[in-house]
This record gives sequence, C-alpha cells and structure tokens, in this order.
Amino acid sequence: MKPRSLVSIDDLSTEEIIKILRLAADFEKDPIRDILSGKVVATLFFEPSTRTRLSFESAVNKLGGKVIGFTDSSSSSVTKGETLNDTIRTVNNYVDLIVMRHPIEGSARYASEISTVPVINAGDGANQHPTQTLLDLYSIQKTQGSLENLNICMVGDLKYGRTVHSLLMAMSRWKTSFNFVAPEELRMPDEYKLYLRNLGLEYYETADLNEVINMADIVYMTRVQRERFSDPMEYEKVKNAYVLHDHMLSETKPGMKILHPLPRVNEINTDVDSNEKAYYFEQALNGVFTRQAIICTLLGLK
Amino acid sequence: MKNINDPKQLLVSAIESGTVIDHIPASTLFKVIKILGLDRIKTQITFGTNLDSKTHGKKAIIKIADKFFEDDDINRIALVAPNAKLNIIRDYKVVEKRVVEVPDTITAIAKCMNPKCITNFEKVTTRFRVVSKKPVALKCHYCEKITDQERLEII
Repeated sequence: MKPRSLVSIDDLSTEEIIKILRLAADFEKDPIRDILSGKVVATLFFEPSTRTRLSFESAVNKLGGKVIGFTDSSSSSVTKGETLNDTIRTVNNYVDLIVMRHPIEGSARYASEISTVPVINAGDGANQHPTQTLLDLYSIQKTQGSLENLNICMVGDLKYGRTVHSLLMAMSRWKTSFNFVAPEELRMPDEYKLYLRNLGLEYYETADLNEVINMADIVYMTRVQRERFSDPMEYEKVKNAYVLHDHMLSETKPGMKILHPLPRVNEINTDVDSNEKAYYFEQALNGVFTRQAIICTLLGLK
Repeated sequence: MKNINDPKQLLVSAIESGTVIDHIPASTLFKVIKILGLDRIKTQITFGTNLDSKTHGKKAIIKIADKFFEDDDINRIALVAPNAKLNIIRDYKVVEKRVVEVPDTITAIAKCMNPKCITNFEKVTTRFRVVSKKPVALKCHYCEKITDQERLEII
C-alpha cells in the first residue's frame, strides 16, 4: 500500500484538516514529547528555504526524532546529474518520512508516487506549499476562535502568490468573504474569482487598502516584488501603496490579526511589530506545532 | 447521402472486415497513427490523406483490416481528431458507426505546456484530468496547471 503523503491542500478532506488543527493545538500545549524516538526524517531541500526547513527540523527534534538531509542542491548528488527518481528511491531506504522542497512544479507529487515512505511537500516551485496553508489556518482559527464567517483581506501580489491562492482555496470550505487589495498588474487571477463565484462566496477587489482594512478579521500581507512588473515605472508608482503602517490600524476591528508568510521586506513597517494586531511571528511559531501534527498524522502516530 | 460502400467514393480499397476511421484532419493523421500504435500492427492498413472533405477542409482516412478498438483506446485520438467517425466493417458492410469522445483522463499522450513541470524534466508519464471537453482543457496531475487546446502538443 502507498504511504499517505501531503502534496496539495486538496489532498485533505475538511474533516482531516480539522483533525490536524486539533492535534496542532495539543502540541502547542505540550510540544516536547518522545513520539518520534527512533524515527529519522529527511529534509531534502533542492532549493534553500531556511525558515521552512528550520521549522520542520524543530518540529522533529522536539518530538525526539532525528533529521538528515541537505539544504540546497549544490550539496547533493543533483549536481552530479542524479534524477529525482533515483534520489527518492535511495533516500526512502534511510528514513521514515521525507520533507521535500524543489523548484520544479509537480516534483512533490511525482516523489510521492515513487517513495515507499510518506512525502511532505514543503513547496514545489510556484505550485503548492500545503504546510504553510495549514499553519495559516491554524493561526486564523486560534486568533478568531473559528474558521466560519470571517472576512479575509489579502494584500499585495495576488497574481503569483502561491500562499494566497492555497489559502483562498482552503478558506473557501468555510463561509469566508474576501477583499483583494492589489495593483492592477498583480490582481487575483480570474480562475480563483470564478471558483469563489461558483461557490457563492463574496469577494471585492480594490487597489486601496484603506478602503477595506476596517472590515477585516484577518489581513494577509504579501510582498510586492519589483521583478513581477513588466514596467519598472509601474512598480515605483505602486510600491508604497501596499505597505502597512501602524497608523492605518487605528479603526480596524479589535480582534483583527495581521498575517504574513515571511520573510518580510518592507511591506509591513516595523512600527506595526509592537501592535497587538501583529501576529506574523507567532504565526511562524504555530508552524512548528502544525508540522508536528502533520508529521504524526502521516506516520499514523498519536 | 454519401455511401461509404460505394466504390466510386473510395480512394483507398475497401476492406472485408475491420475498422475505418474517417474525418481525421489531414494535419493530424500521423499523430493518430502514432497514438493508436498502428505502426506496430501486423494486419493490412491503408490510408489516404489530403482528401476533400465537405465540412473539414482536407481530411484523412485510415482503414485497418481485422482490427476492432475498445472505446477507451479509440477515445485517445479525440484530442487530435475530435470529429473522427468510426465505421466497423464486417463482410464489406458497415455494421456499426461510432464517434469519438474526449475521455475524462488523458495518459501518456499530451505534453504539459508548463516548462517548469516535472514531466518536462524527467521521464514521467504525463497524466491529465480533462476539465473541459470543448474546447479541450487539461489539468496536469503533477503541476496542476491547465493546458488548453491552443497550447496542446501531442508527445
């Protein structure tokens, strides 16, 4: 029988998501346990992602497991021309679970079909990053008490942002309304808006964050990157329109929280960090508990 | 009405028993041959191409003696010959007519249009879910991107 892997958030039913979030809450109460004693987890990072890798390694270490792996493909056999197929077939002999980050899209699905042990997709190019989505859901549920009937304001690069697309798809399982705040060139793609319309969910698009920020239960910030603009003049015009400052938060809902997948560059001014609505660093901590829950779920451990 | 059994209409000789695939676009004849693996079949095959078609410009026709296809096999050509019609021949007579239908999944025929997809890097058999049949739109099982009719390439 094929082991259970996590490649895409769509691989999980709503019940399974709720179970993982509940388990993550258990780990938050009691994160140091000996559940993974004697287990070895591989972190295969074919491209560097320090934050994601450290979060996974912390999750495994706190549960008493061991981690082996590489941090970018220059220190692996890929530079010798080894195929992903061969790497996976070899590594799955050494470990109980594989965490993989790879720049090529679909690589995680392919690896999960080859591997004899569960594979967790820690990002495959612009495609999927399901553990980020689950930790976002955990952070939203934890701060809002529930996932039902929330207003989520997504800000910045909504065109290429993998995290906002996955979060949108996941949150559409609950009765969520969305505000999309983006410059013209980086608006939410039509396929996602169509998806929401078909589900009867409401969304509103604007280029002005101040217009909608006071309605939000969650403000989800992303980085607007210069490279995304075909015309550098356009970037110069809009770059400051998507920066969050502390003074913009005065009229927002009392329970509102600001999330960001990190790393941040300048899209959240540091004067926001001390505001109690800033939640992005706690969000990163939640990532450890959520990943503990995911690992234990895939290994069938309690 | 055109009679397929009328010898004057036939530019390639009639078969006693087998399958005639008609209304293949002339431009995709060789793709159809490849998809159906006709280059490896031992029975007699005749084909004509660049024939005049009333409805589809230039068409091609293939006659395969003593060969009958399962629906799943023949539907594989729907991507390149969506209007193809099958005539099942027994004793020189058309005993059954069939049309092709785009299947729900496409395996090992189409190429993913996403240059960053794993199927374009390693020897992975391509797999797609058909998200729209007309016009054809395929969702890659691996990278989850959509390949539409315009960008559809047959491997």
